[in-house]
Amino acid sequence: MRINPRTTGKIAKVLIWAAALSVLVVLVAIILYILFKGMPFINWRFLTDIPRSMGRSGGIAPAIAGTAMVSLVAIVIAVPFGIGTAFYLAEYTRGNAVTRIIRFSAESLAAIPSIVYGLFGFLFFVIYLDLGWSVLSGGLTLAFMILPTVIRTSEEAILTVPNTYREVSFSLGGTKWQTIRKAVFPSAIQGIANGVILSLGRCVAETAAVILTAGSALRMASSLFSPTRTMAVHFYYLAREGISMDNAYATAALLILLIFLINVVANAFVNRTMAKGR
Amino acid sequence: MKKFKEKLSGRVFFALALSSISALALITVFIIVNGVPLIAEVGVGNFIFGMSWAPSRGEFGIFPMIVGSVAVTLGAAAIGVPVGICCSIFLAEFAPAPLRNLFRPAIQLLAGIPSVVYGFWGLLFLVPFIRNYLGGPGLSLLAGAVILGIMILPTVISISEVSILALPRQYKEGALALGMTHWQTIRSVILPSARSGIVAAVILGIGRAIGETMAVIMVLGNAVAMPASILDPVRTLTTNIGIEMGYASGPHQQALFATGIVLFVIIMILNASAQYITRKR
Repeated sequence: MRINPRTTGKIAKVLIWAAALSVLVVLVAIILYILFKGMPFINWRFLTDIPRSMGRSGGIAPAIAGTAMVSLVAIVIAVPFGIGTAFYLAEYTRGNAVTRIIRFSAESLAAIPSIVYGLFGFLFFVIYLDLGWSVLSGGLTLAFMILPTVIRTSEEAILTVPNTYREVSFSLGGTKWQTIRKAVFPSAIQGIANGVILSLGRCVAETAAVILTAGSALRMASSLFSPTRTMAVHFYYLAREGISMDNAYATAALLILLIFLINVVANAFVNRTMAKGR
Repeated sequence: MKKFKEKLSGRVFFALALSSISALALITVFIIVNGVPLIAEVGVGNFIFGMSWAPSRGEFGIFPMIVGSVAVTLGAAAIGVPVGICCSIFLAEFAPAPLRNLFRPAIQLLAGIPSVVYGFWGLLFLVPFIRNYLGGPGLSLLAGAVILGIMILPTVISISEVSILALPRQYKEGALALGMTHWQTIRSVILPSARSGIVAAVILGIGRAIGETMAVIMVLGNAVAMPASILDPVRTLTTNIGIEMGYASGPHQQALFATGIVLFVIIMILNASAQYITRKR
């Protein structure tokens, strides 16, 4: 029996709607469950106190500070290299052997699992450069990890700048560098900021790479050379070793809220760019 | 002065652009240099096909973990790929604008949530569910596959959607003008034309699944044994490193770097094939 094409169409449509809606439902269920369980335990004391008895009680202030320090190091290191690479790829070259190798490297870096970054960071920063388990080792490892994200998003932002901007600048006698600095960069800055903020989100969420490089010290890091725990690592210990479910939920909820906030800020940059372009 | 700045800036941008090449080279060299001695000592065959992992007795065989990684990843693909492709068709062809505007940020959030949080959710929700309704210890290959199936969705959805949206409008219009229904157009014109992008999306999704550590470490049970069913606990290459790096030393630690080499090689092969497929077009 041959089924009427309209009937198959309807069946397919129903299945596709069902798949999409169930993804939405699962996502909302995961997020609401964690937020519902964790939000009641997030209060001022939780955010500002130090962990007591391995995190069984007390707060997570050192982990918040650790997350901020590690992420900051990663961003400060990765952003100049990432943006520089993006400008080189978008403005200075038209696809040759070197460009192909650069692109291949960036895409490979994006595909490498975070645990391999962790192994590398441990071998290179912790042992070989003798930085020990520290904020610096963790931050530098994450800088390697987010580099491809910064490159890709910045390059996309640069490529959306209309060519007329460049042509006008050149026709006024501007050099390539002046054109980039005064015409291209200002128009691409919001797209670049979007990429940088999304990379910040990756740093905050990362566990495997930082656990092997920044260590798991519970104490507040006093310098770039002190070991530290990030929120994600702290959460991992609380949850895996069943130290405190309440504090685990609260930390998870805080992480989700933070990622949500980061996404909202990042998208605000893109939406403004799009509104301006219209 | 102007000329000097011009020259200098070009050089500086080029130097910065070499960062990704040096980063990849550095990672490759350090992982290989530290892992190869052990593989050489044990023998490639014994390392990759060895059935026994007993670091205290000097036995380093990772075959059960390779099987574990492959099994969990195939399970994740079986769940994540069809659902992900359906979602990308939904976004590109069916979704009304308000729903699309809700769906995209939701997928972005799904991609941003720390993997440990997924693991935690799996431990609290999925593991008891499997134990109570399907049997076994709950900590299982199946639990890992479901979690990873959800986690690869953003990769599969966004890359497939981009490749569908990149198709020229005439393809769709031509098919509809020939009297095809919307679904016939999708099935016999849109999906085949976007095939290379969708295949790349699947390969990259598989790469994410095989490389994920923290989400599965909590739900797989981590026993080093060949799984007989999807309800058995397994250990993957990534979780092997994640669990044992904390206390390993000497040859044991080297064996974990060697495990990293195997993982690295698998990922590079997957990534190179994804790039090859998208370039060919």
